[in-house]
Amino acid sequence: MEKKKKGKLYYALCGAVIGTVNGLFGSGGGVAAVPALKHAGLTVKESHASSLAVTLPLSAVSMIVYSIGQDFKWSDALPLIPFGLAGALIGGLVLKKISNVWLKRIFGGLLILAGGRMLLT
Amino acid sequence: MIWSFIAAFVTGILASLGVGGGMLLIIYLTVFAGFDQLSAQGINLLYFLPIALLAVILHTKNKLINWKPLIPAILAGIIGAVIGSIIAKFIDKELLRTVFAVFVLVIGVKEILYKKQDEKMPIKYNTAVSPKTYRGNYKHS
Repeated sequence: MEKKKKGKLYYALCGAVIGTVNGLFGSGGGVAAVPALKHAGLTVKESHASSLAVTLPLSAVSMIVYSIGQDFKWSDALPLIPFGLAGALIGGLVLKKISNVWLKRIFGGLLILAGGRMLLT
Repeated sequence: MIWSFIAAFVTGILASLGVGGGMLLIIYLTVFAGFDQLSAQGINLLYFLPIALLAVILHTKNKLINWKPLIPAILAGIIGAVIGSIIAKFIDKELLRTVFAVFVLVIGVKEILYKKQDEKMPIKYNTAVSPKTYRGNYKHS
């Protein structure tokens, strides 16, 4: 992996794309970040973990921009957070153990169903 | 409301694994809870912050994150984040929803089709993981 290390410019370019996607769609930055990080020579699990390290500060910035125009109410998001944290606790503990392929199949299947439904309605 | 909590819980698991769980929450909020696309995206961004923070702490403890090379990505990403968010505000909400749906579909197809790329990777660090974790990834001949 060390042989394949990418430079700062590569990371900066990827970061710019990830930030734009994440800001435009309010999510999905990680989906762009994971393959970019893998390409930089990180392992699959490092890529997934590091994608969060990148999208966390970027989401904070986007959230501030969204908040300026009051595009959403904080009160709609806050009740969801404890449940999300419970899920994150589980995810944080199992990432080392889980099968990537299984995870991707379920997630990919859900996205195809959801995307299809959104386009049709 | 109970469904919102279930959606938030499942999203929390997926989001902390770094597989783009936030998309699922946005889909739930727009398709089932009646929020417009931009509100759902804003809700997801705020929701994501504590979840990602917790996950990043856990992943850092598990030595899955090397911060140093990520710094240029974060710095350049901040500029992108501002630009993307501003575009999202001014673009028509229905158009944003359609573009988002296409984006979700593309990612979904990619997740399923590109699994082969991942199959090569565990070999590089399989010493750290029990073989049974990856039994689905290898072709036994």
